Amino acid sequence: MSVEEQVGAARPGDEVVKEARPTRGLRGEAMRRLLRNPMAIVGFVLILVFVAVAVFAPWIAPYSPKDNSWLSEVRPGVYPGPSAEHWLGIDPLGRDVFSRLVYGARQSLLIGVVSLAIGATVGVSIGLLAGAFGGWVDALVMRLVDIMLSVPGLLFAIAIAAMLGQSLTSVMIAIAVVNIPIFARLLRGEMLGQRAADYVLAARSLGISRAGIVFRHVLPNSFTPVIVQGTLTLALAIVEAAGLAFLGLSGSDPSAPEWGRMLTDAQVALTSAPQLALYPGLAIVLAALGFTLVGESLREALDPKLRR
Amino acid sequence: MSLLQVRDLKVHFPIKAGNLFTRQHGSVQAVDGVDLDVAAGTTFGLVGESGCGKSTLARAIMRLVEPTAGSVALDGQDLLGLSERRLRPMRRDFQMVFQDPMASLDPRQNVESLLTEPLRAHKIPGGPVEHARRIRELLEVVGLPATALERYPHEFSGGQRQRIGIARALVLSPKLIVADEPVSALDVSVQAQVINLLKELQERFSLTYLVIAHDLAVVRHISDTVAVMYLGSIIEQAPADQLYRSPTHPYTKALMGAVPVPDPAVEVGRNRILLQGDLPSPANPPAGCRFHTRCPWRQASRCAEERPALRTLTGGHQVACHYAEDIAAGRIQPSTTAAPRSTATVSQHEPAELLDSRRSPGGR
Repeated sequence: MSVEEQVGAARPGDEVVKEARPTRGLRGEAMRRLLRNPMAIVGFVLILVFVAVAVFAPWIAPYSPKDNSWLSEVRPGVYPGPSAEHWLGIDPLGRDVFSRLVYGARQSLLIGVVSLAIGATVGVSIGLLAGAFGGWVDALVMRLVDIMLSVPGLLFAIAIAAMLGQSLTSVMIAIAVVNIPIFARLLRGEMLGQRAADYVLAARSLGISRAGIVFRHVLPNSFTPVIVQGTLTLALAIVEAAGLAFLGLSGSDPSAPEWGRMLTDAQVALTSAPQLALYPGLAIVLAALGFTLVGESLREALDPKLRR
Repeated sequence: MSLLQVRDLKVHFPIKAGNLFTRQHGSVQAVDGVDLDVAAGTTFGLVGESGCGKSTLARAIMRLVEPTAGSVALDGQDLLGLSERRLRPMRRDFQMVFQDPMASLDPRQNVESLLTEPLRAHKIPGGPVEHARRIRELLEVVGLPATALERYPHEFSGGQRQRIGIARALVLSPKLIVADEPVSALDVSVQAQVINLLKELQERFSLTYLVIAHDLAVVRHISDTVAVMYLGSIIEQAPADQLYRSPTHPYTKALMGAVPVPDPAVEVGRNRILLQGDLPSPANPPAGCRFHTRCPWRQASRCAEERPALRTLTGGHQVACHYAEDIAAGRIQPSTTAAPRSTATVSQHEPAELLDSRRSPGGR
């Protein structure tokens, strides 16, 4: 059928807007898809438990994590296992394992969130700069980012933590710095792609200012992968924090309850009481798994290429 | 005087190589010396096959692509000499309708926001109340209900999205609208509705259109003047009826011949011109007449050496061919072995493919 046969017969308004469905933004659609994904639900539950334990640690833990009153019960090769009094037993230094595990969640969450906040903020700013201006600004910034990315993440974090000295702050900064180039590169790449989109051309032809285009159009449309990366980065930060603590690069207080340090402490008794290493190991895996599952399902729910 | 005046417009994209020390290896001559005049209140149709530079021409006129040379003037005001900052307030007067309405609407903006944004950007007086009134009125004009305001682009059909795109182009009350393939992404049944809408709007707001399309029927229906583009330049231009009635340039003849006639008796006996070879690369266009490599009427030496200028025949019919009169009078006959089979990619094209109207709507 040719166009000309149709002309004249059709009138504007022939199509009728579907009225039945309540209006819903793209975010709403994505949320609906997310909540239908069992992977996401498992992830959310894991995160919820993790955060609840971290927040309510003082009420959940039966003892202080630093209390070593049970040192007398511990002898080399003999570590009291689970009992009604000590649910997960006593560690080689005479402390309640369950209480340390609970307080360890608090430490992990704190390091994860703070390092993510620093890393993402700095990284996003750098990426925004490169993505918004392009040209030599982009070239310069991205070469710096490439240099940072050329060093393996954990090695980089160890170097920074060792340089800054043993403290909680230095661990957070170390993990944050490792994440900066990842966020910068991600946002910049996404923005470059969006800048060539037709709706950006349309905005330019409408006479919208450059800043208006970047902040109202390009940035909001480029932010989705950053949110996904943020979730996945939290998982990585927890693992990295544990790694640094395991290597003795965390705080100066050796009795602080940290999952990584608990692994170190469990090494002494690895043959006679392997479960002591298992508990913090499992905690690290489950917490990281929670964030990874949610991150991955977020990616699936938000990815425009998978949509429709 | 014409509302839009384009003179010797050229858009050459440099071909660069090397990462650190970039060198330029020639350029893609997407638009190479185009003159056009669009009178106020009329529609100028521009046709050509994919890759002939028609979209680039539209973007250059809109200053979305920086032209290499030439001039573009709207209502006597030169547009190319202005800085982007000085140009921005002037953009009110010339707006664009894009090919793919989904891609040209920000997916995170609802209709209200995307229609109000240009009003705010240009500080159109009246404030939120007046703005709201204006966009409601506009929605009605383009045939969408007021309930569309809080919806997002993905909630509409293709035709409705293009109506939104048209409303957005109208919101600043422009004089000129450049429509780059405004209906080629739409279903055939919806195409007619959108074309009718464009015609209605032209009468209502006394708009001037520059419509670009590869579909001859679309252009014919809407245009007063039609120009045919081939490899970066206009090769024939005439009042619409005249161009369709008596195509003069060999390329235009081939284009018209590729349109099937909806009558099997005529269709079988019809003498069609089959072009051979592919569109040459705009990075390395042929010397002389750019069409001579594929032209069945091509004559020795002159066609390959001298580039024909667009010259006026009779009644405003312009053509860029050395032998237009001779061909029209039948003094030169097309050769059966048309173009020299010199290029490596010689292949016999299906005539319909020339117009790529059968291809997927997304192609540009």
